[in-house]
Amino acid sequence: MHPFLSGIITIIVGVGSCVGYFYFSNLILDKVIFPARGPNTGRNINRANQWRPWLFVFPAVFVLGLYLVYPVIGSFIRSLYNRSGQEFIGLGNYATLLGAAEFRTAFLNNVLWAIFVPALTTFFGLVAAQLTDKLSWGNIAKSLIFMPMAISFVGASLIWKFVYAVDADIGLINAIRAGLFGSEPVDVLQIPFWNNFFLMFILVWIQTGFAMVILSAALRGIPEETIEAAVIDGANPFQIFFKIKVPQIMPTIVVVWTTITVLVLKVFDIVYAMTGGNFGTDILPSYMMSFMFRDDGRATAVAFVIMIVVLPVMISNIVQARKEMR
Amino acid sequence: MGTIAGQKSGLSIATNVAVVAMVLIWLIPTVGLLVSSFRDRDQISVSGWWQAPFSVELTFRARAGVDGVKDGDDWVVTGNIFEAPEVQEAFGTGAGRVTGFSTSARTPGEFPVGSPADLGDGESLIVNADGTYEFRSPEEPGNRGQRVYFAADTPPQFTLANYRQVLTADNMDRAFINTLTVTVPATIIPILIAAFAAYALAWMDFAGRGWLIAAVVGLLVVPLQLALVPMLNFHNKVGIGQSFLGIWFAHTAFGMPLAVYLLRNYMVGLPRDIIESAKVDGATDFQVFTKIVLPLSLPALAAFSIFQFLWTWNDLLVAKVFLPSNAESKVMTVKIADDLLGSRGGDWGILATAAFVSIAVPLVVFFTMQRFLVRGLLAGSVK
Repeated sequence: MHPFLSGIITIIVGVGSCVGYFYFSNLILDKVIFPARGPNTGRNINRANQWRPWLFVFPAVFVLGLYLVYPVIGSFIRSLYNRSGQEFIGLGNYATLLGAAEFRTAFLNNVLWAIFVPALTTFFGLVAAQLTDKLSWGNIAKSLIFMPMAISFVGASLIWKFVYAVDADIGLINAIRAGLFGSEPVDVLQIPFWNNFFLMFILVWIQTGFAMVILSAALRGIPEETIEAAVIDGANPFQIFFKIKVPQIMPTIVVVWTTITVLVLKVFDIVYAMTGGNFGTDILPSYMMSFMFRDDGRATAVAFVIMIVVLPVMISNIVQARKEMR
Repeated sequence: MGTIAGQKSGLSIATNVAVVAMVLIWLIPTVGLLVSSFRDRDQISVSGWWQAPFSVELTFRARAGVDGVKDGDDWVVTGNIFEAPEVQEAFGTGAGRVTGFSTSARTPGEFPVGSPADLGDGESLIVNADGTYEFRSPEEPGNRGQRVYFAADTPPQFTLANYRQVLTADNMDRAFINTLTVTVPATIIPILIAAFAAYALAWMDFAGRGWLIAAVVGLLVVPLQLALVPMLNFHNKVGIGQSFLGIWFAHTAFGMPLAVYLLRNYMVGLPRDIIESAKVDGATDFQVFTKIVLPLSLPALAAFSIFQFLWTWNDLLVAKVFLPSNAESKVMTVKIADDLLGSRGGDWGILATAAFVSIAVPLVVFFTMQRFLVRGLLAGSVK
């Protein structure tokens, strides 16, 4: 059967069984298990209402538990075994990783990514948000800067291949260099160390729109009076921006910053499509994929390292969420 | 706002210039891709896409005609080189201009136009800028005309040939359908599941609710790399293996934290009065959810479905792991990253076209639904 057809059937079956589950489970709860009649009507209604929330959250909790909670433990356990999964080797995989030069490169590159991508993205997003707000054609500008959000990492990598290509008839950078300075073409993706930044810029290019949209909404939410007061006191536009506006939207800046930091630790597509991790550009997610299907033990060990790196963000998010609920 | 009279004009010019520069940087690479995808393959390799509207000097190979006319002792063949069947396609309606010619492949533009070139054995050839030529030879021309190599400015050529090839010959049509097959169920099913859960977390009171919400917030940042190995093993164990069914489950689960989080944030903001008065009137939770909360949450549902759609359509990692790696089940991102970038690394026209085919649908969705997308982003991060 063609997968497209089975896709349609899946939609019908999937949606049907979801709706069916919610409908019939409620029906059974109300009519069969705790019927709202007979001597215990009142008690039964209360008991049914105690159980109902769990009917509603069960499918979500089930998939979350299976696909996101169990793997944290499952991956950790798997990372303690060797390649074939037969032999327990303790922290052997982690020791091997620490000894491997490629891992250290990937880790250090990842640190660079985690510092520069969120910083540059937030900076560009903030600048774009502030500047476009004042323009009559600001919404069009925003829309165009936001557009790369819709493009896949692979698509974006390809787009930037046309900028970075060595051939001066394809690559914009080398064409400009040749046109202005008459210099020989260089492969920017092979310049040691700096090639990382050329790759990072692709992600910055994709994510700036996201930062801009959120920061722009935050900027608009700033109470007008604070700015008016600053104007009356003689503050210039730069002072208003850095001393009045930025401090007031700091919480939003932190949210944007952490969201992008977490994203950076997931994205393997750009490195995979642009350099395949060669020329010293590997990062942890792409390094992990080089072991996927070959050595599950080491792949899970790398994944767990990523998890450890993300852990502080996760904890602070949970603490924040608990605080807001009180 | 926030400007002082007298500074305004200078600052606003600077603002305009800065935004124009930024928009250009953000737009130009994509425009380059789009232009390249419509260009003729030969032209791509000789001139950058920014020169696409201008003519390009290319070299061609053609044969002169064979219909000789006796002129004194010599046979003379005349004609227009642009009309030779080999090169006709590149020039269309005589818009080309010859810049040089020869009879050797190594030096295609050796002789300047308009002056006769001595080919030895008493033969001579002259080609003019407009393409007309005159070939003189002491012998009667055989049934094969004289080889002519020439360089000519060719008019800009835009063609759909790349699209034709990508969509028919390269299995990209199959990949497109596969992507669609992955995307649609993986967008619809999580919304349904998440909506019920979000309602319970927003409007139903039960023990452990706070912890569940905190767990969802925590799971938002769990790197999905962790799930790859254990879940693939699990799929293999329960018999799903690498299949579309497996990737639907995976995408459903990976999208779930964001879905629950976004929808709950939105539903919590709905007016309490409506929901409580419905309950007073005897509506059950199921009815309140389907008849009141769900219709009111449409903007949030739309926002999440756009996210999930873009994410699943653009995903490479999950597809590489949870789908089989044979040609029939490749989605577009895998196809581009693994097949085209690897084996067709130099075929820029095909690469550009394939990339554009894969980003066209998300771009349409993006530009038509941008309103909802922005609203969804804001619901997720600004309090």
